[in-house]
Amino acid sequence: MCLPPPLPHPSTPPKAGSQGGKSKGSGKEGKEGQRRTGGGASALWKTGRCGWGGHGGQRRLPVGGGRGVGGEVDPARHSMSTRADVLVMTPWFAPIIWDGVFDSAILDAQFESTTIGLTVFAIKKYVVFLELFLQTAEKHFMVGHRVTYYVFTDRPANVPSVPLAEGRQVVVLEVRNYARWQDVSMHRMKTISNFSQERFLREVDYLVCVDVDMKFSDHVGVEILSPFFGTLHPGFYRAARNDFTYERRPRSQAYIPRDEGDFYYAGGFFGGSVVEVLQLTTACHQAMVVNQANGIEAVWHDESHLNRYLLYHKPTKVLSPEYLWDERMLQRPPFLRRLRYVAVPKNHAEIRH
Amino acid sequence: MNILSSQLCLRVVYVGYLNPRSQNVKLSRMVYRQPQVLTPSRKDVLIMTPWLAPIIWEGTFNMDILNEQFRLQNATIGLTVFSVKAYMIFLKQFLKSAEMYFMVGHRVNYYVFTDKPEYVPHLNVRNGRQIIILKIQSYARWQDISMHRMEMLSTFSRQRFQREVDYLVCADVDMRLSDHVGVEVLSSLFGTLHLGYYGLNRADFPYERRPQSQAHIPEDEGDFYYIGALFGGSVSEVSRLTEACHRAIMVDQANHIEAIWHDESHLNKYFLYHKPSKVLSPEYLWYQQQMSYVKDQNSTNFYMHNDVFSES
Repeated sequence: MCLPPPLPHPSTPPKAGSQGGKSKGSGKEGKEGQRRTGGGASALWKTGRCGWGGHGGQRRLPVGGGRGVGGEVDPARHSMSTRADVLVMTPWFAPIIWDGVFDSAILDAQFESTTIGLTVFAIKKYVVFLELFLQTAEKHFMVGHRVTYYVFTDRPANVPSVPLAEGRQVVVLEVRNYARWQDVSMHRMKTISNFSQERFLREVDYLVCVDVDMKFSDHVGVEILSPFFGTLHPGFYRAARNDFTYERRPRSQAYIPRDEGDFYYAGGFFGGSVVEVLQLTTACHQAMVVNQANGIEAVWHDESHLNRYLLYHKPTKVLSPEYLWDERMLQRPPFLRRLRYVAVPKNHAEIRH
Repeated sequence: MNILSSQLCLRVVYVGYLNPRSQNVKLSRMVYRQPQVLTPSRKDVLIMTPWLAPIIWEGTFNMDILNEQFRLQNATIGLTVFSVKAYMIFLKQFLKSAEMYFMVGHRVNYYVFTDKPEYVPHLNVRNGRQIIILKIQSYARWQDISMHRMEMLSTFSRQRFQREVDYLVCADVDMRLSDHVGVEVLSSLFGTLHLGYYGLNRADFPYERRPQSQAHIPEDEGDFYYIGALFGGSVSEVSRLTEACHRAIMVDQANHIEAIWHDESHLNKYFLYHKPSKVLSPEYLWYQQQMSYVKDQNSTNFYMHNDVFSES
């Protein structure tokens, strides 16, 4: 299910720019993409292969002359590599998703018959966030694909009715609430784990698990989908690993030593294939149960456990802070070209108690 | 018999990519430099395709992480090579260098397709590795030998590779490895950039341009020009690729047309419409020439490491 099917015929814009013949190092292109051997090397190789059959006549020289590094790089293709300011791939080859690195047309075709489940918890007063959440999701989240919103709530009557596009539905799942917001947060793992087994496996291909006190403000699409992904927490993408707010007490199940850690992932946006999300949420839930038995609670609750899990099970994609931002708390840096999913202002004291 | 002074050298690069369909594994504690979100690993080259497939270049990955991921899966890799007629002379060096550099530490099956099994050199291989000789017929024309590889790979993928290995790496025999080629290349489907066409406009790629051929690609399409000498992936994906190419070659044959670069043309057509999940940079396949012809070129842009050029 997770392996994309073969692509249909892609339609790409006609190439602009001149044919070959340019000599080396055309201005700002510099070294990039200009390295190639002269025609001689290619021809020699091919001649060798023709060695027995006397096919020597067919010398293939790259068009545009044999000698120069030449030819303008195809602009359509090159425009996809414009991020020289950020890391676009982790050391274990997971793409880090930033604006400009992906082509939605190709990816949409690859994920054509995919169904995505979006889970969100609206417990107690948090139901008030649902309307804006769902409305903006309709505008920006996986548009053109089949989507099921799984709304977990203790107040099903308060779930607003929002007009939905075709192929999209809201499924309301009643759950219990907890007195402490930390418990509400942590029990998301258990709930997602249970429901993954009971129904998500049969109903959707991918799960996206997000916080509800947010809104979508720009495209969030299939570029995020992979076996399992985490999102860079907007407050820590610059920080050194020993400043990450990992759980630092060794007796906690979420413990991470100061000399370990790739990124600090946000608890409010993770996901993947149902199978992988099931594994992740089950592991986190079990770790929290052990902690509880030992009378300890991780410093950032489910987020701490998520970080521990993603350290030892490397995610297959990582979303940049474009996918989780808080405009009030953080000044927008220049490399953040789009804000796709942002915090909605709330009064913490009021909403949590 | 024209023995080339220029051979293709396979560079070894560490790159690993977890097969999306395999089980997620738990790594042990590892200490390494923290990845920096605001520091690109390479600024000079494209390290990821627009469909988010990694392009494997030196300096972009951590070999230890990748090795552990694949060891934990107990991955077995099949390396296929065709050693037919005169090309037998390359086999010994190919296998010896593979013993040194190919997927070291992992389980490997060398599948040697040959018309002369009795000439396959006897080689001691390390633990967890074995040479399997597969007898096939040869053809008069080298183009036919080249193109029938697709048929052989397709047949054997279904008949035995599926049961014996997790991944296949399909390489030309007139090559030797001069540096590590490891699990970094593994993914469901990978191709290798042809160093001669890297950076050129797609209209300049030597795709098959005649619409009558199954390998036809119009001038306004194409991502890269992939080299036929090195490709691979999971057994099921390689099976699909080779089957598709084989069929396309047969259709062309029935229509009395032969693609300009033979199996390589068909490979390129396949990769256009079935995007690979990893792409190997030209670092992986380079030329070693006695005369250093390549160094005559204007630029001193050998960001490729010099050891690739070492005579050894």
